[in-house]
Amino acid sequence: MTGVLPITLEESRKISQVLLHSSKEYVCVMKLHGDIEESKVKEVLGQFEDAIYQRPPLRSSVKRQLRIRRIYYIDFLEMKGRNVLFKVGCEGGTYIRKLCYDVGEIAGCGAHMQELRRTRSGPFVEEGKDFVTLHGVYFWFDKWKEDKKRGILQKFIQPMENGLALIPKIYVRDSAVDAVCHGANLTAPGVLSIENGVVKGSMVAIQTLKGETVALASATLPTMEVLEVDHGTVAVLKRVLMPRSTYPKVWKSG
Amino acid sequence: MPRTIPPWKIKRKLLVKAEGTTDPKYGHKPNERPAEEYIRYGIINLDKTSGPSSHEVAAWVKRILGLTQVGHGGTLEV
Repeated sequence: MTGVLPITLEESRKISQVLLHSSKEYVCVMKLHGDIEESKVKEVLGQFEDAIYQRPPLRSSVKRQLRIRRIYYIDFLEMKGRNVLFKVGCEGGTYIRKLCYDVGEIAGCGAHMQELRRTRSGPFVEEGKDFVTLHGVYFWFDKWKEDKKRGILQKFIQPMENGLALIPKIYVRDSAVDAVCHGANLTAPGVLSIENGVVKGSMVAIQTLKGETVALASATLPTMEVLEVDHGTVAVLKRVLMPRSTYPKVWKSG
Repeated sequence: MPRTIPPWKIKRKLLVKAEGTTDPKYGHKPNERPAEEYIRYGIINLDKTSGPSSHEVAAWVKRILGLTQVGHGGTLEV
Protein backbone atom coordinates (compact mmCIF):
# COMPACT_ATOMS: atom_id res chain seq x y z
CA MET A 1 0.00 0.00 0.00
CA THR A 2 1.24 3.47 -0.78
CA GLY A 3 0.39 7.12 -0.20
CA VAL A 4 -0.21 9.54 2.63
CA LEU A 5 1.37 8.39 5.90
CA PRO A 6 1.72 11.18 8.48
CA ILE A 7 4.83 10.64 10.63
CA THR A 8 4.65 12.13 14.14
CA LEU A 9 7.96 13.23 15.65
CA GLU A 10 8.62 13.05 19.42
CA GLU A 11 6.02 15.28 21.14
CA SER A 12 3.61 15.27 18.21
CA ARG A 13 3.12 11.52 18.74
CA LYS A 14 0.54 12.64 21.28
CA ILE A 15 -1.82 13.46 18.42
CA SER A 16 -1.34 10.11 16.61
CA GLN A 17 -4.73 8.96 17.93
CA VAL A 18 -6.41 11.95 16.26
CA LEU A 19 -4.80 11.10 12.93
CA LEU A 20 -5.65 7.42 13.34
CA HIS A 21 -9.34 8.18 13.75
CA SER A 22 -9.49 10.94 11.14
CA SER A 23 -11.27 10.42 7.83
CA LYS A 24 -9.39 9.06 4.86
CA GLU A 25 -9.53 9.03 1.08
CA TYR A 26 -8.19 6.17 -1.03
CA VAL A 27 -7.80 5.32 -4.68
CA CYS A 28 -8.33 1.59 -5.11
CA VAL A 29 -8.01 -1.04 -7.83
CA MET A 30 -10.58 -3.76 -7.27
CA LYS A 31 -10.35 -7.04 -9.20
CA LEU A 32 -13.68 -8.66 -10.04
CA HIS A 33 -13.83 -12.47 -10.25
CA GLY A 34 -16.28 -12.46 -13.14
CA ASP A 35 -17.37 -10.39 -16.12
CA ILE A 36 -19.83 -7.69 -15.14
CA GLU A 37 -21.32 -4.74 -17.01
CA GLU A 38 -19.87 -1.33 -16.15
CA SER A 39 -23.34 0.03 -15.34
CA LYS A 40 -23.87 -2.81 -12.84
CA VAL A 41 -20.50 -2.11 -11.16
CA LYS A 42 -21.40 1.58 -10.79
CA GLU A 43 -24.77 0.69 -9.35
CA VAL A 44 -23.30 -1.72 -6.77
CA LEU A 45 -20.59 0.77 -5.72
CA GLY A 46 -23.34 3.37 -5.26
CA GLN A 47 -25.10 1.08 -2.79
CA PHE A 48 -22.11 1.34 -0.45
CA GLU A 49 -22.27 5.12 -0.10
CA ASP A 50 -23.46 6.40 3.30
CA ALA A 51 -23.34 4.12 6.38
CA ILE A 52 -22.08 0.54 6.06
CA TYR A 53 -21.61 -2.31 8.52
CA GLN A 54 -18.19 -3.92 8.70
CA ARG A 55 -16.65 -6.64 10.79
CA PRO A 56 -12.86 -6.10 10.93
CA PRO A 57 -10.95 -8.81 9.00
CA LEU A 58 -9.20 -11.74 10.76
CA ARG A 59 -5.84 -10.06 10.40
CA SER A 60 -6.59 -6.74 12.06
CA SER A 61 -5.41 -4.79 15.07
CA VAL A 62 -8.83 -4.16 16.67
CA LYS A 63 -11.58 -6.21 18.32
CA ARG A 64 -13.60 -8.06 15.70
CA GLN A 65 -17.05 -6.71 16.40
CA LEU A 66 -19.53 -5.34 13.88
CA ARG A 67 -19.00 -1.61 13.46
CA ILE A 68 -20.71 1.11 11.49
CA ARG A 69 -18.49 3.16 9.21
CA ARG A 70 -19.47 6.12 7.06
CA ILE A 71 -18.61 6.16 3.38
CA TYR A 72 -18.81 9.80 2.28
CA TYR A 73 -18.52 9.01 -1.41
CA ILE A 74 -17.39 6.36 -3.87
CA ASP A 75 -16.42 7.81 -7.25
CA PHE A 76 -16.11 5.28 -10.06
CA LEU A 77 -13.10 6.33 -12.16
CA GLU A 78 -12.60 3.67 -14.84
CA MET A 79 -12.84 0.00 -15.65
CA LYS A 80 -10.68 -2.27 -17.82
CA GLY A 81 -11.78 -5.88 -18.11
CA ARG A 82 -12.15 -7.08 -14.53
CA ASN A 83 -10.14 -4.24 -12.97
CA VAL A 84 -12.17 -1.40 -11.46
CA LEU A 85 -10.56 1.89 -10.39
CA PHE A 86 -12.46 3.98 -7.83
CA LYS A 87 -11.92 6.69 -5.26
CA VAL A 88 -13.48 6.41 -1.81
CA GLY A 89 -13.80 8.96 1.01
CA CYS A 90 -14.51 7.26 4.33
CA GLU A 91 -14.36 7.41 8.09
CA GLY A 92 -11.18 6.28 9.86
CA GLY A 93 -11.15 2.54 10.51
CA THR A 94 -12.95 1.55 7.31
CA TYR A 95 -11.37 -1.55 5.77
CA ILE A 96 -11.14 -1.10 2.02
CA ARG A 97 -10.10 -4.73 1.53
CA LYS A 98 -13.37 -5.70 3.21
CA LEU A 99 -15.29 -3.14 1.16
CA CYS A 100 -14.00 -4.73 -2.07
CA TYR A 101 -14.94 -8.20 -0.81
CA ASP A 102 -18.47 -7.02 0.05
CA VAL A 103 -18.87 -5.24 -3.30
CA GLY A 104 -17.95 -8.56 -4.95
CA GLU A 105 -20.59 -10.41 -2.90
CA ILE A 106 -23.35 -7.95 -3.89
CA ALA A 107 -22.23 -7.97 -7.52
CA GLY A 108 -22.52 -11.77 -7.36
CA CYS A 109 -19.13 -12.64 -8.82
CA GLY A 110 -16.76 -11.98 -5.92
CA ALA A 111 -13.94 -9.43 -5.88
CA HIS A 112 -10.76 -8.54 -4.06
CA MET A 113 -8.62 -5.48 -3.47
CA GLN A 114 -5.75 -5.42 -5.94
CA GLU A 115 -4.01 -2.14 -5.11
CA LEU A 116 -4.54 0.72 -2.69
CA ARG A 117 -3.19 4.25 -2.39
CA ARG A 118 -4.16 6.62 0.41
CA THR A 119 -4.73 10.07 -1.03
CA ARG A 120 -5.80 11.76 2.21
CA SER A 121 -5.41 11.24 5.95
CA GLY A 122 -7.38 13.87 7.88
CA PRO A 123 -6.00 17.25 6.77
CA PHE A 124 -2.99 15.72 4.95
CA VAL A 125 -3.26 15.25 1.20
CA GLU A 126 -0.91 14.10 -1.54
CA GLU A 127 -1.14 17.35 -3.51
CA GLY A 128 0.96 20.22 -2.27
CA LYS A 129 4.57 21.00 -1.43
CA ASP A 130 4.55 19.46 2.06
CA PHE A 131 4.21 15.89 0.72
CA VAL A 132 7.68 14.27 0.82
CA THR A 133 9.23 10.89 0.16
CA LEU A 134 11.71 9.20 2.49
CA HIS A 135 14.43 10.32 0.06
CA GLY A 136 13.15 13.88 0.40
CA VAL A 137 13.40 13.70 4.20
CA TYR A 138 16.99 12.47 3.91
CA PHE A 139 17.92 15.13 1.34
CA TRP A 140 16.36 18.15 3.10
CA PHE A 141 17.56 17.17 6.56
CA ASP A 142 21.13 16.90 5.21
CA LYS A 143 20.79 20.34 3.61
CA TRP A 144 19.40 21.80 6.83
CA LYS A 145 22.37 20.45 8.81
CA GLU A 146 24.66 22.42 6.46
CA ASP A 147 23.11 25.87 6.73
CA LYS A 148 20.46 25.62 9.48
CA LYS A 149 17.95 27.75 7.58
CA ARG A 150 14.40 27.52 8.95
CA GLY A 151 12.96 27.57 5.45
CA ILE A 152 14.60 24.22 4.69
CA LEU A 153 13.15 22.58 7.81
CA GLN A 154 9.73 23.87 6.78
CA LYS A 155 10.04 22.15 3.40
CA PHE A 156 9.51 18.74 4.98
CA ILE A 157 8.42 19.19 8.60
CA GLN A 158 5.26 21.03 9.62
CA PRO A 159 3.91 22.00 13.04
CA MET A 160 1.71 19.41 14.78
CA GLU A 161 -1.04 22.04 14.73
CA ASN A 162 -1.48 21.31 11.00
CA GLY A 163 -2.50 17.78 11.97
CA LEU A 164 -5.34 19.23 14.05
CA ALA A 165 -6.70 21.43 11.25
CA LEU A 166 -10.05 19.62 11.08
CA ILE A 167 -10.71 19.80 14.83
CA PRO A 168 -12.75 22.78 16.12
CA LYS A 169 -10.73 25.29 18.15
CA ILE A 170 -11.22 27.16 21.40
CA TYR A 171 -8.84 30.13 21.85
CA VAL A 172 -7.97 31.00 25.44
CA ARG A 173 -6.33 33.82 27.41
CA ASP A 174 -2.60 33.62 28.21
CA SER A 175 -3.64 33.53 31.86
CA ALA A 176 -5.63 30.30 31.36
CA VAL A 177 -2.83 28.39 29.59
CA ASP A 178 -0.66 27.16 32.46
CA ALA A 179 -3.61 25.89 34.50
CA VAL A 180 -4.58 23.71 31.50
CA CYS A 181 -0.94 22.55 31.18
CA HIS A 182 -1.21 21.45 34.82
CA GLY A 183 -4.32 19.41 34.03
CA ALA A 184 -7.14 21.79 34.93
CA ASN A 185 -10.29 21.61 32.83
CA LEU A 186 -11.04 24.68 30.75
CA THR A 187 -13.50 27.09 32.41
CA ALA A 188 -15.61 29.83 30.84
CA PRO A 189 -13.64 32.93 31.96
CA GLY A 190 -10.53 31.69 30.09
CA VAL A 191 -12.32 31.46 26.73
CA LEU A 192 -11.78 34.23 24.16
CA SER A 193 -13.35 32.63 21.10
CA ILE A 194 -14.71 29.33 19.82
CA GLU A 195 -15.49 27.88 16.41
CA ASN A 196 -19.06 27.04 15.46
CA GLY A 197 -20.36 23.50 15.22
CA VAL A 198 -19.08 22.27 18.60
CA VAL A 199 -21.56 19.98 20.36
CA LYS A 200 -21.40 18.35 23.79
CA GLY A 201 -18.71 15.66 23.58
CA SER A 202 -16.93 17.13 20.51
CA MET A 203 -13.16 16.81 20.49
CA VAL A 204 -11.76 20.36 20.58
CA ALA A 205 -8.25 21.83 20.45
CA ILE A 206 -7.44 24.43 23.12
CA GLN A 207 -5.29 27.11 21.45
CA THR A 208 -3.28 30.16 22.50
CA LEU A 209 -3.73 33.38 20.55
CA LYS A 210 -0.37 32.55 18.90
CA GLY A 211 -2.00 29.46 17.42
CA GLU A 212 -0.16 26.90 19.55
CA THR A 213 -2.22 23.94 20.72
CA VAL A 214 -2.22 23.65 24.51
CA ALA A 215 -4.33 20.51 24.85
CA LEU A 216 -6.97 18.29 23.31
CA ALA A 217 -10.25 18.28 25.21
CA SER A 218 -13.84 17.15 25.08
CA ALA A 219 -16.40 19.98 25.03
CA THR A 220 -19.04 19.82 27.76
CA LEU A 221 -21.19 22.55 26.17
CA PRO A 222 -22.13 23.43 22.59
CA THR A 223 -20.65 26.54 20.89
CA MET A 224 -23.58 28.87 21.66
CA GLU A 225 -23.61 28.01 25.36
CA VAL A 226 -19.83 28.41 25.68
CA LEU A 227 -20.31 31.97 24.36
CA GLU A 228 -23.01 32.71 26.93
CA VAL A 229 -21.86 31.20 30.24
CA ASP A 230 -19.60 33.21 32.56
CA HIS A 231 -18.45 30.44 34.89
CA GLY A 232 -18.02 26.67 35.06
CA THR A 233 -16.27 24.02 32.98
CA VAL A 234 -16.62 24.20 29.20
CA ALA A 235 -14.20 21.40 28.21
CA VAL A 236 -12.59 18.47 30.04
CA LEU A 237 -9.02 17.60 29.15
CA LYS A 238 -8.07 14.55 27.13
CA ARG A 239 -4.42 15.18 26.40
CA VAL A 240 -2.07 18.03 27.33
CA LEU A 241 0.40 18.89 24.54
CA MET A 242 2.22 21.96 25.86
CA PRO A 243 4.83 21.62 28.63
CA ARG A 244 4.12 23.29 31.98
CA SER A 245 5.55 26.76 32.63
CA THR A 246 5.60 27.71 28.93
CA TYR A 247 3.22 30.48 30.02
CA PRO A 248 3.34 32.10 33.50
CA LYS A 249 1.37 30.65 36.38
CA VAL A 250 -1.24 33.22 37.42
CA TRP A 251 -3.75 31.25 39.47
CA LYS A 252 -3.75 31.32 43.25
CA SER A 253 -2.76 28.12 45.03
CA GLY A 254 -4.10 26.70 48.26
CA MET B 1 -30.02 10.21 -1.12
CA PRO B 2 -28.37 12.93 1.01
CA ARG B 3 -24.66 12.37 1.49
CA THR B 4 -22.76 13.12 4.69
CA ILE B 5 -20.22 15.88 4.17
CA PRO B 6 -16.63 14.70 4.70
CA PRO B 7 -14.97 16.52 7.64
CA TRP B 8 -12.51 18.30 5.31
CA LYS B 9 -15.42 20.02 3.51
CA ILE B 10 -16.81 21.55 6.71
CA LYS B 11 -16.15 25.31 6.95
CA ARG B 12 -15.93 26.70 10.48
CA LYS B 13 -16.42 30.26 11.69
CA LEU B 14 -14.72 31.73 14.75
CA LEU B 15 -17.13 33.36 17.21
CA VAL B 16 -15.66 35.87 19.65
CA LYS B 17 -16.64 35.86 23.33
CA ALA B 18 -14.09 38.39 24.62
CA GLU B 19 -11.19 40.42 23.22
CA GLY B 20 -7.67 39.52 24.34
CA THR B 21 -3.99 39.84 23.52
CA THR B 22 -1.03 37.49 23.90
CA ASP B 23 2.33 38.35 25.45
CA PRO B 24 5.21 37.76 22.97
CA LYS B 25 7.47 36.83 25.92
CA TYR B 26 5.81 33.42 26.26
CA GLY B 27 5.48 30.58 23.78
CA HIS B 28 5.93 30.80 19.99
CA LYS B 29 3.77 30.82 16.91
CA PRO B 30 3.99 27.23 15.59
CA ASN B 31 6.07 28.32 12.59
CA GLU B 32 8.44 30.37 14.75
CA ARG B 33 9.48 27.71 17.23
CA PRO B 34 13.25 27.35 17.69
CA ALA B 35 14.56 24.64 15.31
CA GLU B 36 14.97 21.86 17.88
CA GLU B 37 11.50 22.51 19.28
CA TYR B 38 10.05 22.83 15.77
CA ILE B 39 11.27 19.30 15.00
CA ARG B 40 10.05 17.85 18.31
CA TYR B 41 6.56 19.27 17.66
CA GLY B 42 6.64 18.40 13.98
CA ILE B 43 4.79 16.13 11.60
CA ILE B 44 5.99 14.85 8.23
CA ASN B 45 3.38 14.24 5.53
CA LEU B 46 5.20 11.24 4.08
CA ASP B 47 4.67 9.66 0.68
CA LYS B 48 4.95 5.97 1.51
CA THR B 49 6.19 3.68 -1.25
CA SER B 50 5.14 0.04 -1.50
CA GLY B 51 7.38 -2.53 0.16
CA PRO B 52 8.39 -1.41 3.64
CA SER B 53 5.73 -1.41 6.37
CA SER B 54 4.50 1.81 7.99
CA HIS B 55 6.41 0.78 11.07
CA GLU B 56 9.68 0.36 9.14
CA VAL B 57 9.18 3.71 7.41
CA ALA B 58 8.71 5.42 10.81
CA ALA B 59 11.87 3.71 12.10
CA TRP B 60 13.84 5.03 9.11
CA VAL B 61 12.63 8.59 9.68
CA LYS B 62 13.65 8.23 13.32
CA ARG B 63 17.16 7.15 12.31
CA ILE B 64 17.60 9.81 9.62
CA LEU B 65 16.59 12.62 11.98
CA GLY B 66 18.40 11.13 15.00
CA LEU B 67 15.27 11.20 17.18
CA THR B 68 14.27 8.91 20.03
CA GLN B 69 10.53 8.50 19.39
CA VAL B 70 8.64 8.58 16.13
CA GLY B 71 5.13 7.35 15.41
CA HIS B 72 2.70 7.26 12.52
CA GLY B 73 -0.93 8.14 12.07
CA GLY B 74 -2.46 4.81 11.12
CA THR B 75 -0.88 1.88 9.32
CA LEU B 76 -1.15 1.64 5.57
CA GLU B 77 -1.17 -2.16 5.42
CA VAL B 78 -4.85 -3.08 5.37
